[in-house]
Amino acid sequence: MADVFLLSRLQFAANISFHILFPTITIALAWLLFYFKLRFNLSGHPVWMRIYRFWVKVFALTFALGVVSGITMSFQFGTNWPGFMETVGNIAGPLLGYEVLTAFFLEATFLGIMLFGINKVKPWIHTTATLLVALSTTLSAFWILALNSWMQTPTGFEMIDGVAHAKDWSAIIFNPSFPYRLSHMLLASGLTACFLVAGISAYRLKRGDDKKAPRIALKTALLIAAILTPMQVFVGDLHGLNTLEHQPQKIAAMEGVWETEKGAPLLLFAVPDEEQRTNHFEIAIPKLASIILTHDPEGEIKGLNEFKGEHPPVAPVFYAFRIMVGLGMLMLAVSWLGSALLFKHDRLPRWLLSLLVGMSFSGWLATLAGWYVTEIGRQPYLVSGVLKTADAVTDIAPDNVLFSLILYLTVYSALLVAYVRTLFLMARRSVEIEEIQPEEHTRPRCPLPSVQTEGANL
Amino acid sequence: MIADNDLATIFAALMAFSVLMYAILDGYDLGVGMLLPMGNENHRDQMIASIGPFWDANETWLVLAVGLLLIAFPAAHNIILKELYLPTAIMLVGLILRGVAFDFRAKVAQGRKRTWDYLFKIGSFTAAASQGFMLGAYVVGFQEGWFATLFSLLSALGVTMAYSLIGAAWLIMKSEDQLQLKAVRWSRNAGRFCLVGIIAVCIANPLVNSFVLERWTQLPWAFFIASIPAVCFMLFVIGDQVLKRLPLQDDAGCWLPFVMTLILFTFCFAGLAISFYPYVVPGELTIWQAASAPESLRFMLYGALVVIPCIFAYTVFAYRVFWGKVAELRYY
Ligand code: HDD
Ligand code: HEM
Ligand code: HEM
Repeated sequence: MADVFLLSRLQFAANISFHILFPTITIALAWLLFYFKLRFNLSGHPVWMRIYRFWVKVFALTFALGVVSGITMSFQFGTNWPGFMETVGNIAGPLLGYEVLTAFFLEATFLGIMLFGINKVKPWIHTTATLLVALSTTLSAFWILALNSWMQTPTGFEMIDGVAHAKDWSAIIFNPSFPYRLSHMLLASGLTACFLVAGISAYRLKRGDDKKAPRIALKTALLIAAILTPMQVFVGDLHGLNTLEHQPQKIAAMEGVWETEKGAPLLLFAVPDEEQRTNHFEIAIPKLASIILTHDPEGEIKGLNEFKGEHPPVAPVFYAFRIMVGLGMLMLAVSWLGSALLFKHDRLPRWLLSLLVGMSFSGWLATLAGWYVTEIGRQPYLVSGVLKTADAVTDIAPDNVLFSLILYLTVYSALLVAYVRTLFLMARRSVEIEEIQPEEHTRPRCPLPSVQTEGANL
Repeated sequence: MIADNDLATIFAALMAFSVLMYAILDGYDLGVGMLLPMGNENHRDQMIASIGPFWDANETWLVLAVGLLLIAFPAAHNIILKELYLPTAIMLVGLILRGVAFDFRAKVAQGRKRTWDYLFKIGSFTAAASQGFMLGAYVVGFQEGWFATLFSLLSALGVTMAYSLIGAAWLIMKSEDQLQLKAVRWSRNAGRFCLVGIIAVCIANPLVNSFVLERWTQLPWAFFIASIPAVCFMLFVIGDQVLKRLPLQDDAGCWLPFVMTLILFTFCFAGLAISFYPYVVPGELTIWQAASAPESLRFMLYGALVVIPCIFAYTVFAYRVFWGKVAELRYY
C-alpha cells in the first residue's frame, strides 16, 4: 500500500505541476491579448496587430498544452484518489461540473474563432471572441480554486455516515480562504505572463530586432508588472493572515517556528531539522514575523510542537515559501527599476535586458513554489480536518501506477523542452522577418516610444 | 420538484448524450488525424486546417462525459477507471501527443514539421484504438481471459475504423478535388470494416452478458434492437452507392456521407445504451446504486439546464463561421 500511496502522490503532483504551468500563462495572456486587440481597434496602428499576432501564436501553443494536460487531470481524481470522491464527491463534483459547463466549452469554442476566424468574422466579433476566451479562462480558475480553497478551509457542509453533504452552496464556494487564493492566483498569473512577454521581447531586442513591436510589448509588460507586484505582496500578506487564522500549523511550517513564541523572528534562512525539531544556521530578523503576521511586535505565533503528528513536513514548505517570496521581491525590484529607466531614458541597459531574459520563466517558479506551500502545507490532510490523504488513495497495483508515472514524466519532460525551445525559436524567427519598417510613422492618437537604432536600447 | 430516482435517470441520459457527442465530434477529428497521408504535405495541411477550429471543443465533450460520470456516479467512476487504468493512461498520452502536435507543427523549423505530423497521426491512432479497447472491455463487463482480450482488440479495430469512416466523411464535406477523391476511397474501405465490426458486436454482446440477451428478447426493446443491424445494413448499401457516384456536379450531396455516418453512430450507440440500461457498470452496479447525493445532483442540474442550451447556441455559431470548404491553411 505504501508504494501506491507514494507513487500516486508523485503522479498527482507531477500532473498538476505540469498542468498549472500553462494555465498560469494563458489566464493572463488572454487578457493581454484582449488589451492589444483593443488598442489596435482604437488606434488603428498596425504595431498593436503585430504584437497581437506574435503573442496569439504563443497563446495557442500554451493553450494546447493546458488543454491536454487538463484532460489528464480530470481523470486523476478517479484513478488515483477514489477515496476523495467517495468522501467529498458531493461537494467536489458539482464544482468541477460547473467548471466544465460554464468555462471549458466557452473557451474551447471561442478559441477557434479567436485563432482562425480573424478574416471570417467582423472585427468586433473577433474582439468579443478574445474577450470571451479571457473571461472563461478566468472563470475556470474561479471554480477550480473554489474547490481547492474548500479543501483547505471547508465550510457549508455536514458529515452524514462519513460522507460530506452540501448544506449551503454559497458558503462552500465563498469559503474563508477563497477570495485570497483567487486574487493571489490571478495576480500570479498576471506576473507570470508579464515576465514571459518582457523576457521574450528582451530576447528579441538583444538579438538586434529593431522593430517597434518588441519594444512596445516589453514596455507594456514591465509597466503592468510594476503595478501588479506590490498588489501581489499586499494580497500575499493578507493571504498569510487568513492562513494563520485557519491553518496555523501551515504558517508555523512556513516560518519554521517549533515552539510557540511571542515576538517571533523572521527567518531569512535556516535549515529546519524535523528529527531534532529545531533549525540550524538561522539568519533572522528579530520580532519581524510577529509584526508581519499579528501586526504586534510581541504577538504570539503557535509553534509546530503544538500540532505533533498533525503538521506538514516542514522543510519543503519552509524552502518553497522563501523561493516564492524571494522571487516576488526580485520581480518588484526589476519591474520598478525597469519602468523607472523606461520613463527617464526610454531605454534599458543591456544587463537588464539579459536579466529579463533570464527571468522569462520566473513566474513559473514562483507559482509552483506557492502551490507547494499551499498543498504540502495542508498535509497530512487532503481536505483539512475531514479526510486524510492516506485514506483516499487507490488500491491499483503499484506496477501500473509506476508505468503510467514513467509514461507521463517522459512525455511531460519532452514537451516542456519542446515548448521552451519553440518559444525562443519563434522569437528568433520574428527578428528576421522584415515585415515591419522601423520608420513606420506613428499616428498621434497612439503615442509610442521613440525608436532608437542602437540594438540594445529601448 | 424532480424525484430523486429520476435525477439518476436524467444524469444517465445526459452522460450518454455527451458520450455520443464525443464519439461523433472527436470521432471525426481523430479519424482525420489517423488518415493523414504522410506522402502529401499539402493534403495534410488541408486536412488539419479542416479540424483546426473545432478539435478543442470536441474534446471537451470527453471532459464532460467523464465529469458527469465522476459527479453523478462516483462509485461507478471508481470501478470503471480502476479496471481501465492502463488503457486510460495510454489514451491520454495519445490525446496529449495529437493535441500539441497540432500546434507545434505550425511553429517549428520546416524539417521538424514532418515529425510532428507523424506524432499527430500516431497520437490519433493510439487514442482511437485505446477508446475502442476500453469500449470492448466495458461491453464484456471487465471479464478476463483470452476471449475478453480478443474481443477488446476487435473492438479497438472497429472503433478505429468507425472514426476513420466519419473522418473521411467529414473530409468529403470539407474538401475538394484530389483530396475529396481520396476521402471517398477512404470512406468506402472503412465502411466495409465497420459493417463487419457492428455485426461482431451484435453477436458477441448477448453471448457474454446474460442480461443483455434477456433485454434483447424482451418485447418492446427487441423490435428496436432487431432494427439496428437492418438499418446499418441499409445505410451501408445506400452509402456505398452514394460514395460510388461522388463527387456530383456542383458538389451536391457532399454532406450525405457525413449525415449517414452520424445516423449510423447514433443507432449503434442507442443499441448499446438500451442493452445496458439501467446498469452503469455492466452486471454490477445500476445508476441508482451509484448515484451521488440528490441535493448535489439538483444543484448541478439547474445549472446544466441553463448552460447547455447556450453551449448549443454558440457551437452552432462556430460551425457557421467556418462553414464550407477549407481554404488555404492560415494561422491567425
Ligand atoms: C488557476 C487555474 C487552474 C487550475 C488550478 C487548474 N486548471 Fe485546468 N485549466 C485552466 C485553469 C486551471 C484553464 C486556464 O482554464 C485551462 C488552461 C488552458 C486551457 O485550455 O484552459 C485549463 C484546462 C483544463 C482542462 C481542459 C479544458 C478544455 O478542454 O478546454 C481540463 C479538463 C482541466 N483544466 C482540468 C483541471 C483539473 C481537474 C484541475 C485540478 C486538479 C485543474 N484543471 C487545475
Ligand atoms: C494548480 C496548482 C497546483 C499545484 C502545483 C498542486 C500541487 C500539489 C502537490 C505538490 C501535491 C502533493 C502534496 C504532497 O503529497 O505532499 C498535491 C496534492 C493534491 N492536490 Fe494539489 N496542486 C495544485 C492545485 C490543486 C487543485 C486545484 C486541486 C483540487 C481541486 C488539488 C487537489 C490535490 C489533491 C487531490 C492532491 C492529492 C493528495 C496528495 O498528493 O497529497 N490541487 N498538489
Ligand atoms: C512577495 C510576497 C508574497 C507573499 C507574502 C505571498 C504569500 C503567500 C502565502 C501566505 C501563500 C500560502 C497560502 C496558503 O496556502 O494558505 C501563498 C501561496 C501562493 N503564492 Fe504567494 N506570496 C507572495 C508572492 C508570490 C508571487 C510573486 C507569486 C507568483 C508569481 C505567488 C504565487 C503563489 C501561488 C500560485 C500560491 C498558491 C495558491 C494560493 O494558495 O493562493 N506568490 N503566497
